[in-house]
Amino acid sequence: MFATIINKAIVQGIPLLYGSTGEIITEKSGNLNLGIPGIMYMGGIAGVMGAYFYEKSVAVPSPVWCIIIPLIASLIGSALLALIYSFLTISLRANQNVTGLALTTFGVGFGDFFGGSLTKIFGEGGNLSVKVTADYYKTTLPFADDLGAFGKIFFSYGFLVYLAIIIALISAWVLKKTRVGLHLRAVGENPATADAAGINVTKYKYLATVIGGAIAGLGGFYFIMDYTGGSWTNGGFGDRGWLAIALVIFALWKPNLGIIGSVIFGGLYIAYAYISGLSRSASAIFNMLPYVVTILVLIITSIRSKKENQPPASLGLAYFREER
Amino acid sequence: MSNKKHEKRSSEPRIHIAKRDDMIWYKSWGVRLIAIVLALILCALVIVLLTGYDPIKVYGSMIYGNFGTTRKMWNMLQKLSILLCVSLAVTPAFKMKFWNIGAEGQSLIGALTAAACMIYMGNKIPNALLIPIMTVLCIIAGMIWGIIPAYFKAKFNTNETLFTLMMNYVATQLVVFCIVFWENPKDSNNVGIINSSTHGGWLPTLFNQKYLLIVLIVAVITIAMYIYLRYSKHGYEISVVGESENTARYVGINVKKVILRTMALSGGLCGITGLLLVAGTDHTITTTTIGGIGFTAIMVSWLAKFNPIIMTLTSFLIVFLERGAGEIATTFQLNHSISDILTGIILFFIIGSEFFVNYKITLRKKHKEEA
Repeated sequence: MFATIINKAIVQGIPLLYGSTGEIITEKSGNLNLGIPGIMYMGGIAGVMGAYFYEKSVAVPSPVWCIIIPLIASLIGSALLALIYSFLTISLRANQNVTGLALTTFGVGFGDFFGGSLTKIFGEGGNLSVKVTADYYKTTLPFADDLGAFGKIFFSYGFLVYLAIIIALISAWVLKKTRVGLHLRAVGENPATADAAGINVTKYKYLATVIGGAIAGLGGFYFIMDYTGGSWTNGGFGDRGWLAIALVIFALWKPNLGIIGSVIFGGLYIAYAYISGLSRSASAIFNMLPYVVTILVLIITSIRSKKENQPPASLGLAYFREER
Repeated sequence: MSNKKHEKRSSEPRIHIAKRDDMIWYKSWGVRLIAIVLALILCALVIVLLTGYDPIKVYGSMIYGNFGTTRKMWNMLQKLSILLCVSLAVTPAFKMKFWNIGAEGQSLIGALTAAACMIYMGNKIPNALLIPIMTVLCIIAGMIWGIIPAYFKAKFNTNETLFTLMMNYVATQLVVFCIVFWENPKDSNNVGIINSSTHGGWLPTLFNQKYLLIVLIVAVITIAMYIYLRYSKHGYEISVVGESENTARYVGINVKKVILRTMALSGGLCGITGLLLVAGTDHTITTTTIGGIGFTAIMVSWLAKFNPIIMTLTSFLIVFLERGAGEIATTFQLNHSISDILTGIILFFIIGSEFFVNYKITLRKKHKEEA
């Protein structure tokens, strides 16, 4: 029972973990990318499209290509959206909130449109499903079932789950311990100073946003390939994109805390199903918890105003060298 | 420009970008118009690629979707009014550089309040009395939802973008919570049309037009907002705080008070939108009653440079696209989300075009100015 809850919480948390890790990297460069929900949709649908066309084009799909093609498609799709955002906000210095929301409109629209119409446009209609590919993604370690509860908690997942945790740990290490991370944080805190110190602000902002976007897109990709088993439902991804942004705050802009946070958020997401005698109305209140907790964290950090727990100082502002 | 030219070093960038002083209005609107036209061409291209439809017919179909029949026209006007109303609501906050992206939640709370009034008081109090009560309660509900983040912003400088964003989903879950008690029939997870026979709490129909009252109310709000922002002392204070909080403090403006007051106004107007949607249009409530209008409104307001009169045009542009694309989607049995793709494309172009309004680009070698 306990193992099942932890297992479900982790499975629910992984899309959020990808999203928040990507958004943390992005925000560390000073870009508040509200397009993350759109990017996550894009990561999902681009992966599904890659898988769909590959499955259609060959008689017997090979496991290796089934893994590689959708993964690359997903990464390219979400990186492209992040690139649009970067170009508009960094090169053209557009307002970040407006650009981000436009990106979300576009990404969610793109996902739902092709999710709902892809089989009609390119095939014979019916529901969009890439089960063959998804089964490869769901493959778990062979000895998971033999280890009981321990195996269920630690080994019963597809490789994307482990990848999410590895990426979060690497990001935390890069941000905290390396020169690149130091430069990136400098860009996010005070781009003018970073610029004066000889750091290429534009390059850092572009790279952080695009890499962050690609990572976030994997969240949508994981959701569709592993969690739902390869069948697309419009709106199925729900508000997880915004929840990922909430997780960024909850984790205090630290990817390693994001790992724990994602399990907690995932747990809150499914908690209502495991508390006996809970009415439907009470479950609505339970689903409110992640957001309420995030608000509380936001308030408390702003009241305590401890420097290392704050959002990056230049978050949301465009940088223009000649402006004072 | 040529006298400013420095000696060219190999590392010097080829393009020089400088902030431009105010561009003459017809030039800047020309730039935006070009962006919209380019975007519309791209949109048509996308549709043609997807459907193999004749591009001229695409535009024809979009116009038909908006103006084809009287019914379609009224539906378009209703959508336009609602979008405009939320856009007006977020405008004073944005002018103050308070990034209120919680209009969605503030409107939803207003809608929830309207639904609650209709359910609990609908058949007990005559409409003539009930509707004013509903209006006041909806405004208060929206205000509360707006003031909570504003208070923490004013007091502790809590990040308002993230705060208001989270409040949206708290509101959504609150609606889920209430639907459980209001659902009709039982276990349908659906409230159904409230007071469908008695019309208790429904906004009145003027001259046999269901939506006329909504259109009139929003028209009045538009003009009032224009005057408020342009000619009132409050409006002036809002722009000073938006330009620089320090300046505002220096000239003796109570910044905290302005932030709270402006967000109360913003939230209150969102509350009215909720009322117009529930009591005037849907007569029911779901979690998607607002349906993302709160987010679209932010872009509409920004595109209009926070000018309420121009906002009627920008919201028309968005609604036109949405309904036009919807018409095409219906004809070809495609998914209606295509309108979001088109809206996204148009927004990207307009957002990008702002750069050419605000900045001057000089190519170093050719001394050529691009605009």
